[in-house]
Amino acid sequence: MKPAAFEYHRARTPAGAVGLLTELGDDAKIIAGGQSLVAMMNFRLARPEHLVDITHVDSLRGIAVSEGEIRIGALTTHREVEKAGLGVLSAAMRWVGHLPIRTRGTVGGSIAHADATAEWCLLAVLFDARIVVEGPSGVREIRASEFFLGPFTTALGPDELITALVFPSPPPRAALTEYADRRGDFALVAAAVDLDADRVVLGGVGAVPTLVSGKWCSGTTYRARAAAAAGSLELRDEPGISAHYRRGLVRTLVERAYEEAANG
Amino acid sequence: MIQLVELSVNGERHDLAIEPRRTLVDVLRHDLRLTGTHVGCEHGICGACTVLVDGQPARACLLFAAQVEGADIRTVESLSEGGALNDLQQCFSEHHGLQCGFCTPGMLMLAEGYLADEPDATKEEIREVVASNLCRCTGYQTIVEAIDDCASRRRAALQDRLDRSAS
Ligand SMILES: Cc1cc2nc3c(=O)[nH]c(=O)nc-3n(C[C@H](O)[C@H](O)[C@H](O)COP(=O)(O)OP(=O)(O)OC[C@H]3O[C@@H](n4cnc5c(N)ncnc54)[C@H](O)[C@@H]3O)c2cc1C
Ligand code: FES
Ligand code: FES
Repeated sequence: MKPAAFEYHRARTPAGAVGLLTELGDDAKIIAGGQSLVAMMNFRLARPEHLVDITHVDSLRGIAVSEGEIRIGALTTHREVEKAGLGVLSAAMRWVGHLPIRTRGTVGGSIAHADATAEWCLLAVLFDARIVVEGPSGVREIRASEFFLGPFTTALGPDELITALVFPSPPPRAALTEYADRRGDFALVAAAVDLDADRVVLGGVGAVPTLVSGKWCSGTTYRARAAAAAGSLELRDEPGISAHYRRGLVRTLVERAYEEAANG
Repeated sequence: MIQLVELSVNGERHDLAIEPRRTLVDVLRHDLRLTGTHVGCEHGICGACTVLVDGQPARACLLFAAQVEGADIRTVESLSEGGALNDLQQCFSEHHGLQCGFCTPGMLMLAEGYLADEPDATKEEIREVVASNLCRCTGYQTIVEAIDDCASRRRAALQDRLDRSAS
């Protein structure tokens, strides 16, 4: 299908984008890579009256690595991160859609869209990344642990723009893996593990990326930890996928992620 | 609302007066009459609409034309040289990498963009990349073989040029 009509606005600076959002009000939406938004507009699941295009705001692009921190501009594409040699962050990108999606889709767009199985959302929660946001009253930072509120719902205000994500230098012993019926689809279940912090984050088991373990099971085998993580979840049967099947996926994927994290 | 948009497609500049909701694939097909680029699902799944934007494969159904002003856009029409098939197209023909041909323009542009970026791609990597585009006819095997063959011919040609310039 074709999208409903809208007015197009091109921002040149972050402040310009925020100004447009404030001025145009509720019916305005930001467009970045368009890899989620345009599909929804073509289905008319979204019909914004105004689009504020930020793809020409060059200051939102690029990756800066400094003492203990990796700052990724919101407009940086999945593909750019994939090729940047950033350990688990780069390695996880092969799971995001397909190549032609990764060349356009952006880090900021993924976080704002907040799909509970999106790789960026899992990674952000795993490392409790700082989400840098600019709004009418200036710049603020939101911890990933406080950012995702529900399905496709975040702590971002309607006239706020994500400008960057700040990750602590990811430890070498971390991994993300997942399962989807077809390669490149959103995952049925995704698991991310930080072995050093003994943190496990799951996608596909709740409305938001779910942190399931702390130190409670350290010291045991990876298999036992995976079983404990799977056992701790409240899952319901859903059309086409039983709770039993999903729990099995969690167990397998958490164990696999632990092993991948351990073996580098 | 009508908007003026300046697009560069296959090295040619076009001045368009279009609605902002016009996607790149619709501009290519309806306004520029470049019907080589196909359109299937219009939501990013099938890959029939794949073109190159600044050298990188992208879904033309998920881009508004107004967004890619200033970018270098390449479509399947840019591949052939003087009416002759280019080497990749030739490989698709030799390996029977197409049957009905609906997916072919998207597959070709995907492969062009990918091989330019990853000239040393292995057959397994190629297999994973073409999974992004749907083909209902070939079963993919012949497409993978065509792209793999083209990649090795290009590598051999490059090696040959290097050898000759060294001697
Ligand atoms: C076939 C297909 C398969 C896919 N598979 C996966 C997958 O496996 N995993 C995955 O994670 N994703 C997947 N995606 C989605 C893709 O990763 C998108 O890139 C991502 O969800 C959104 O990024 P975007 O830049 O395209 O955002 P857009 O589509 O432009 O925007 C998405 C939303 O975020 C808002 N937004 C965008 N940027 C900002 C910003 N800087 N500040 C505030 N709000 C902003 C927009 O207003 C909109 O509401 C897939 C997409 C397709 C078409
Ligand atoms: S028409 Fe664009 S991906 Fe199907
Ligand atoms: S050749 Fe018919 S869809 Fe691929």
